[in-house]
Amino acid sequence: MGWQWFHRLGSPRWFYEKTGPWVFWLGLAALILLAVGTLWGLGFAPVERLQGNSYRIIYIHLPLAFLSMAGYYIMAISGAIGLIWKMKLADMVMKSAAPIGAVLTFLALFTGAVWGKPTWGTWFEWRDPRIASTMLLFFLYLGVIALQASYQNQQMADRFSAILAIVGTVNIPIMYGSVYWWNSLHQGATIKFTGGTSMHPSMLYPLMVMIAGFYCFYAYALLKSVRAEVLHREYRTQWVKDLVSSNRAV
Amino acid sequence: MHPVRKQRLIFVLFLVFFAGAAAALFGFALRENIDLFYPPSKIVAGQAPVDKQIRAGGCVLPGSIKRIENSMTKNFIVTDGIANLAVTTDVILPDLFGEGESAVLTGKLNGDGVFVATQVLAKHDETYMPPEVADNLNTADHVKTCKGLDYGT
Repeated sequence: MGWQWFHRLGSPRWFYEKTGPWVFWLGLAALILLAVGTLWGLGFAPVERLQGNSYRIIYIHLPLAFLSMAGYYIMAISGAIGLIWKMKLADMVMKSAAPIGAVLTFLALFTGAVWGKPTWGTWFEWRDPRIASTMLLFFLYLGVIALQASYQNQQMADRFSAILAIVGTVNIPIMYGSVYWWNSLHQGATIKFTGGTSMHPSMLYPLMVMIAGFYCFYAYALLKSVRAEVLHREYRTQWVKDLVSSNRAV
Repeated sequence: MHPVRKQRLIFVLFLVFFAGAAAALFGFALRENIDLFYPPSKIVAGQAPVDKQIRAGGCVLPGSIKRIENSMTKNFIVTDGIANLAVTTDVILPDLFGEGESAVLTGKLNGDGVFVATQVLAKHDETYMPPEVADNLNTADHVKTCKGLDYGT
């Protein structure tokens, strides 16, 4: 009975009605932060001592890489909640997080390649532990998308994609540790969990704005996607029919 | 907690635990192969195969870069602070390649213990600073990748 609040949280209708107003504000916050961060980072932050202007791609690459990992945690944890508590909303979050995460991971790999060419001297280095584990992350996202599309029965799809997502979580610490445990071409972390960064403040502040902006954008994209999934899976219920007939479903 | 849910929670925890254990064993078995490159000390000690394509990585010894006149050939030395490895190459070097900076090389070790590189990549570290700040500081202290290396002998 202590779990009542938790089950209420899992009501798709409650979620849909509560999060309606958040979409606009998250989208607005993302737009402002990303615009400010992009202008600041690309236009006003100083050039780097060794890399010149090439380093500026960090303003896009690092937030994307952060979110590709954070998004995986969101997918795997909501998959586990869906598996254990049979919570419909958690399954919807898991399904929605997969394509968003796949796109972010692809863009992190792509921007990394664009950054690698002028600095390292190569677009891509298959054998680098950081790049290989990021490729694996991309394939795990694709695996969840594929499993979701492979079953007629949504319950089966949710169960098996949750298991894949949970098994894949072991890749996240490997991704994080890859630049420390093994010799690699990729540099270490710029912003460490244990505090302290190795970036000059004049370059770091716009990066922080970009990270905040990308987090808002991620929340916005995930929310939009989950809300669409709620309507899709609950289309037979009376409240969705009422919503559609009153033309308020956005 | 409901016993069925508890059972499913235990299942999820086991899944994470065994996937983690499998990954750890896999990583342990392949620990040598996951490294992108051999450090110079291992190559000099004869732990790397001769005349087979391998990668080497280390810091370019300051003052060691020599360009051969009227040719593309460049000779330099990479070090990990323990041993020095002589390298020769005729490929174009990346902009960030330089003395005291880190580099990753692909190529073959010849019979004389010289590494013939067919690809030279520059490795940069995670410190980012404007040039005027770098000028005010002792730059060497801030080049982390090659920091604290004993370049002597």
